[in-house]
Amino acid sequence: MDQQPILEVQHLSKSFGSHQVLRDIDFTVRPGDVTSIIGSSGSGKSTLLRCINLLETPSQGAVRFHGEDVTAPGVNPSAYRAKVGMVFQSFNLFNNMNVLENCMAGPVKVLRLSREEARRRALRYLEQVGMAPYIKAKPRQLSGGQKQRVAIARALAMEPEVLLFDEPTSALDPEMVGEVLSVMKDLAASGMTMLVVTHEMAFARDVSRRVVFMSDGVICEEGEPAELFAHPRQPRTREFLSRFMAS
Amino acid sequence: MERLITLGSDMARLWEAYGPRYLAGVQNTLILALAATAIGCLIGLVCGILNTIPCAKQDPLPKRFLLKLIRVVVRVYVEVFRGTPMMLQAVFIYYGLPYFTYNSVQFSGYSGIWAASILIVSINTGAYMAESVRGGILSIDPGQTEGARAIGMTHVQTMTGVILPQALRNIMPQIGNNLIINIKDTSVMFIIGFTEFFAQHRNIVGVNNLYFPSAAIEMIGYLTMTLIASFLLRGVERLMDGASDYQLVQADALTMAAGTYRHPGKKRARQPAWNRNLQPRGER
Ligand SMILES: Nc1ncnc2c1ncn2[C@@H]1O[C@H](COP(=O)(O)OP(=O)(O)OP(=O)(O)O)[C@@H](O)[C@H]1O
Ligand SMILES: [Mg+2]
Repeated sequence: MDQQPILEVQHLSKSFGSHQVLRDIDFTVRPGDVTSIIGSSGSGKSTLLRCINLLETPSQGAVRFHGEDVTAPGVNPSAYRAKVGMVFQSFNLFNNMNVLENCMAGPVKVLRLSREEARRRALRYLEQVGMAPYIKAKPRQLSGGQKQRVAIARALAMEPEVLLFDEPTSALDPEMVGEVLSVMKDLAASGMTMLVVTHEMAFARDVSRRVVFMSDGVICEEGEPAELFAHPRQPRTREFLSRFMAS
Repeated sequence: MERLITLGSDMARLWEAYGPRYLAGVQNTLILALAATAIGCLIGLVCGILNTIPCAKQDPLPKRFLLKLIRVVVRVYVEVFRGTPMMLQAVFIYYGLPYFTYNSVQFSGYSGIWAASILIVSINTGAYMAESVRGGILSIDPGQTEGARAIGMTHVQTMTGVILPQALRNIMPQIGNNLIINIKDTSVMFIIGFTEFFAQHRNIVGVNNLYFPSAAIEMIGYLTMTLIASFLLRGVERLMDGASDYQLVQADALTMAAGTYRHPGKKRARQPAWNRNLQPRGER
């Protein structure tokens, strides 16, 4: 835990017009951390991930990557994003490419690897998520769970330092949730640094090493999963968890 | 019936005497239509891309001003060339350019007529395609852009690698439409002396008064050209869509991917290759 943090979010705020979605968010991601972000719908979880990835521009505050503020003017967001992977709820696979090309596009175009090397890398990660047999399929020919596993392989092929997940299983039929979660579980076990927005409480409790509970654009409570789930300190956390555990 | 026989024999006589001239007309029509459609699509592509460069509030003022200016110029171009008859545009450019430049720019001779015709039909097509391309780009799910951004692609890489290929596929029907319209509408270029298919008809009937049989040849000729064009375009679209099924690749065949990873869904990888048929893509 004494390692240098990879990511530091400092006093981050975000408003859309007059609507303040995030307020003074502070937290740190260290190498190997597996952090779950939970919270009710509209609490700003996606917005926080998108601000970290600079898909949204924070209104105030800083996002530091190895100490460097990436929101500062003059920082190249593309070079930064290449080191921070993101997996979306809606997969966002490139529809004009097959599975293999999806996973090679980043390594070839952004990292400038040779096609052969990119291909080897893509196959390695597709194998890891169990999608290697499907390299010739187009995204529209895959099930949701398969698409999400390809999306994870695409992100991994960039060999990022952190991987952000925004509700990776929310768009999936219940029987496909398991296959994606098991890939994520293996990733966590392999030491990947992960920041996961999720409604899967079992994942948050059993896989992640830290849980952040967000409510109305602020971090309401954070801690070790066992502690937070068993003895939530804040009334809002308690209310949220009891609602979730009941259902 | 008897009329049809007469018509048939008249057409045969015409074809015998003037067949090569009709064919030369067909050739010119096709070359002009194809060239102008291709150049027009390029113009449309450039305009459509310029028109969809994102413009954020925090961008520096000169950049925002430039983008605004580009949008206005493209808008004016589109409105003017969509909103006036091509025949008039032809006259306007063919005679107007030499007029305004005191003859330093003029379309002289045979090659001049070709150049003017291609120029006019191209910028006309470009005006229509600019809007199609813009619509095609806007119709692509923003998630595609975000997916590309998230792996570190720049705006240009996102456009050329992800968005434009999909947008182009989506506007293929419009490109085909424009080609077919151009095959027919290049006929107005007779006004500046371009000898395409219809101009040949005017020349030929000028000497023998066989108006109706020649018109019948024209009808058949144009219909043949457009039918072949739409048939070929369908083929291109199918080609762009790629196969509707795919082969599973045996895990053993992936020599590169030697890994010890055991995935719970591993059984699937050992299944024999199978094809999977998919529902046909919906009509757009
Ligand atoms: N582009 C936007 N423009 C305006 N408001 C937005 C935008 N994106 C998000 N919001 C608002 O920000 C708030 C937080 O949204 P966000 O998507 O971050 O919530 P969330 O915690 O991810 O919710 P969910 O669990 O439903 O995904 C919502 O009230 C939403 O309406
Ligand atoms: Mg969300």
